[in-house]
Amino acid sequence: MDRRDFLSLAAVGGGAVFVASLPGCGSLAGTDKSAGTDFYFVQLSDIHWGYKGPANPEAMVTLGKAVATVNALDIQPDFIVFTGDLTHTTDDPGERRRRMNEFKSIVADLKVSNIRFMPGEHDASLDRGMAFKEIFGATHYRFDHKGVHFLALDNVSDPGTKLGDEQLAWMGEELDKLDKAAPLVVLAHRPLFDLVPKWDWATRDGARALALLQPFQKVTVFYGHIHQEHHHMTGHIAHHSAKSLIFPLPAPGSQDKPTPVLWDPAMPYRGLGFREVDANPAAASYVINEFPVLRT
Amino acid sequence: MNNPARRRALVRGGSLAATLWVGALLAGRLVAGEREDRVIEIEAKRFEYTPNEIRVKRGGAVTLAFRSIDFVHGFSLPDLGVRADLVPGRVTEVRIKAKEAGKFLFLCDNFCGDRHEEMNGMLIVEA
Ligand SMILES: [Cu+2]
Repeated sequence: MDRRDFLSLAAVGGGAVFVASLPGCGSLAGTDKSAGTDFYFVQLSDIHWGYKGPANPEAMVTLGKAVATVNALDIQPDFIVFTGDLTHTTDDPGERRRRMNEFKSIVADLKVSNIRFMPGEHDASLDRGMAFKEIFGATHYRFDHKGVHFLALDNVSDPGTKLGDEQLAWMGEELDKLDKAAPLVVLAHRPLFDLVPKWDWATRDGARALALLQPFQKVTVFYGHIHQEHHHMTGHIAHHSAKSLIFPLPAPGSQDKPTPVLWDPAMPYRGLGFREVDANPAAASYVINEFPVLRT
Repeated sequence: MNNPARRRALVRGGSLAATLWVGALLAGRLVAGEREDRVIEIEAKRFEYTPNEIRVKRGGAVTLAFRSIDFVHGFSLPDLGVRADLVPGRVTEVRIKAKEAGKFLFLCDNFCGDRHEEMNGMLIVEA
C-alpha cells in the first residue's frame, strides 16, 4: 500500500491538509538514489519541559504520552524534528541543563533515532543558546533528505528574537548552493512573517529571510511558537505552524492578550498534539496529518 | 517586523538628569497653540510595566519615559510601528502621537524570562 493511501485510511487525528501541489517534476536535491522517493517526518513543538502551572496539570506526563503515540505509528517516520521550546525557561543555568537532559532522556525512547532538535526562546534566549548547543548541538543548520533541502533557522538565540546578520549571511551562502527549482523546507521556531506582532508572533528581521527565500520556487515553512495549527501564505511561500505539547494558545488576534487556553479536566490534552508531514519530493507537495497526544 | 506604514517614533536614551533637561528645552520651545507633551514615567521590570495602562486623548501626543530595573526589556507598540530597547540605568523616551481612537496592546519583545509572555500593557486612545 502506498504511503499516501495508508495515510488517508489511518488519519484519525483530524483531517489531512493537502498543502501544496506544483505540477511537473522539480529538480530534486542531492544525487543519492533515494532522491525523490516519498517519505514522511514528524514535527513536535513547544513541549516546555519544566513548566508548572494550571494550563497543563499533566505537564509531567504529556511528553511521554506523545512519545508513546509516535512510537505506536504503524510506519515510523524517516526523522523527527522538534521545532523549539523543548524546555520552559529558567534563570538557573544548572536547572536549564537539568531540564534539557531530562527532555533528552525522555525522547531517547523514540524508536526513530534520526532526530533534529531546534531551540525556542525558552531554551536559548537567556544564554544565547549556550546550554542548547552543549546538549543538543547547533542551533541552525542545513540537511538534505531524499531530494528535499531542509534549512533549520534559529530566530530565538538573540534575545531580540531575530535571526541576526551573521545567520542571514550564512543562510544566503547556503541558498546560493541550491537549485532554485528544488524543493526547500524551512524549519523555524517563530513565524518568519508578521502573524500577530502585538502578541510577539513575528521575527524582527524575518522579512530579510523571506526575501532570501523569494527566488526559490518551492518553499514551505514549518514552525511552532503559537501553540496551534495555522496555515498562511506569503506570496508563493507556505507557512504551517504546529500544535504544542503543553497548552494551546488562542487563535491569532482573537482576544486582547494571548493567554493560554484553560485546561479542561473533562477533555485533557485538548488542542495539543503533533503532526506527520508526508512529503512527495517530485511534486514538492506535503500532506499534513494532525494527531492528538493520545490516540484512542 | 516590516511595517511599510511604520510611523517614526522619537526614541531617546539618556540619564534621568538628561531627560529633565530635554523636558525643559521642550517647554522653552513651546509656541502659541502648541501643546506640551505629557510625560508618563513607566517602570519596566520582569514581568510588568508600571503603570501598564496609558490613557491619552485622540490627537494628543505623549512621551513615555521608561526606566528598566533588571533587563534590557523591549517596548513594542506594533500598531503604531514603534519599538525601543529599554536599557537599565538610563531613561528611554518614546514619543507617541495618538491619531486614532482605540485600544493598542504593547509588549516586551525582548525575551526576558519565564513570564515574558505576560509582560504587556494597553494604550487607550480616547475619542
Ligand atoms: Cu521583558
